[in-house]
Amino acid sequence: MATTKVIERKPLTFAEKTFLPQIATGLKTTFGNMLKKPITLQYPEERPVIPENYRGVPTLVKDPNGREKCVSCQLCEFVCPPKAIRITPGEIDAESEPDRAHVEKAPQEFEINMLRCIYCGFCEEVCPEEAIYLQDVFSLSGYSREEMINKKAKLYELGGTLPDKHYKWDKKKAAELGGNPEH
Amino acid sequence: MATTNEISIGDLGARAGEAEEELKGESMALNIGPSHPTTHGVLRLLAELDGDIITKCEPVIGYLHRGDEKIAENMTYNQFVPYTDRLDYLAPLANNVAFAMAVEKLAALEVPERCQAIRVLCCELARISSHLLGIGVFGMDAGAWTVFMYTFTEREKLYTLFEELTGARFTTSYTRIGGVARDIPEGWLGRVTDFINGVLPVLDEIDKLLTRNRIFVDRTQGIGTISREDAIAYGLTGPNLRASGVDLDLRKDKPYLGYENYDFDVPVGTTGDCYDRYLLRAEEVRQSVCIIRQVIDTIPDGSFYAEDAKRIFSPPKEKVLTSMEALIQNFMITTEGPQIPAGEAYFEAENPKGALGFYVVSKGGGVPYRLKIRGPSFCSLSILDKLVPGHYMTDITVILGSLDFVMGECDR
Ligand code: SF4
Ligand code: SF4
Repeated sequence: MATTKVIERKPLTFAEKTFLPQIATGLKTTFGNMLKKPITLQYPEERPVIPENYRGVPTLVKDPNGREKCVSCQLCEFVCPPKAIRITPGEIDAESEPDRAHVEKAPQEFEINMLRCIYCGFCEEVCPEEAIYLQDVFSLSGYSREEMINKKAKLYELGGTLPDKHYKWDKKKAAELGGNPEH
Repeated sequence: MATTNEISIGDLGARAGEAEEELKGESMALNIGPSHPTTHGVLRLLAELDGDIITKCEPVIGYLHRGDEKIAENMTYNQFVPYTDRLDYLAPLANNVAFAMAVEKLAALEVPERCQAIRVLCCELARISSHLLGIGVFGMDAGAWTVFMYTFTEREKLYTLFEELTGARFTTSYTRIGGVARDIPEGWLGRVTDFINGVLPVLDEIDKLLTRNRIFVDRTQGIGTISREDAIAYGLTGPNLRASGVDLDLRKDKPYLGYENYDFDVPVGTTGDCYDRYLLRAEEVRQSVCIIRQVIDTIPDGSFYAEDAKRIFSPPKEKVLTSMEALIQNFMITTEGPQIPAGEAYFEAENPKGALGFYVVSKGGGVPYRLKIRGPSFCSLSILDKLVPGHYMTDITVILGSLDFVMGECDR
């Protein structure tokens, strides 16, 4: 239950009106703080600790077998509130990956415009393949607008490989748990 | 052929005297802003001065207008959540919650108790964060720089907590319609307790530096006094209203999120001047700390989202990856938006700056037909042309600081 409480205002005492006690308390507080450990972080020499699940620069990741996880369903492109993502779907090369070609797709082009991205994390949240992750890169700069558009290669380079958190196919899970990642 | 004309400029001293005579009784127009450090955002004030006394003050707003309400009509309810971060960007978590609650009200959706408790935590932490900034900046406006440093140190710690909870320090985007984006991390509640234990001594310190400080008192008492009637007439809400002695707090009067289960005081001022508004904010931080303690002690187990709302909240990731129904559900909610029935609803939440209201009109489906935002800062600023005249030029900063507004929400 909430109750109402009227805030009292006590008039200043004579001593307080002279400002002298205030100087004393003020200085005491300041000196007290001077003796404390500094809380400043000497960035960039010292780096902040980035918590797990931090929403940094969005990246594309590969699975432990080095395969592209993204199947270019374009859900992230759809959900992205500032429309930062642009995907051109493509086919998987039948020669190099015969078991996946004609089963899934892969992005032919995948661009994230970092001048538009607001790091909301929606792309990661909706992705049905866990292919796009906002990882821990938080500072990003470039000399031109083109440079700020992350292309597919750059996205994979930033993303690297992440272990599967969940398994899409039981077959894959069994193979990996059985010590044979190349199922 | 060039001609030379001789002109006489006469006695300069005498002419200056005449000019001064002419200027007497004339007021000076002064333009402050839109980019001025004391305006806490891109607010422009058109002031008219008679000597050092302000005779007229007209706020000019709109420099940060982004058309948020229109933007909302073109995206699903969930996609609008990041935009609510940018309303009152000093308390984004509280905005997220208010927006989600408004849409849920329209959908008549009850979120589970754990989700409610998490949201209360979010709101109160956001209140502490916003008030810490408000007090610090107000101190700075009145010439007390040190306080600002101390409050910012504490706020920094809060941001680390937000970062851990939501993934971002500032633009939290934490709520979804029907729940929150993720559950609280392991050990996070303990760190919140550490923080609130640490913030109380800092508040005492600020109290020592400001509350009984002659200079601060002289600069704030009796300045910018808003009468009870004016406060109501101008539609002020939040601390600015309560400082004028009106006992209205939506958490107490129209409880939501289970606020009725927590014990806390609603501080109310007596005078309505800048000093009262400062005292009130400081007290509200203490009360928020008290609420947070109770939430942490009683936080229920359970789900952090409404599990039965299958057409509103996307299923968890492991289900999306393993079950076909969940995958389809995920696609449907993402592309069509959370399915909200046709109708309209208005919901107001007690945000740090006052009552933030969302009026949602839906024709069914996942996109609002119309969304109206009622921002408390807009109303707080509307009183400026009544409040500021009669004060000295230097009081403008103090008055603005005490109103604690934010332009992101005023201009939207
Ligand atoms: S990253 Fe994920 S959501 Fe985006 S296209 Fe690829 S699979 Fe779909
Ligand atoms: S983080 Fe948000 S803004 Fe950035 S690419 Fe993903 S969905 Fe778009």
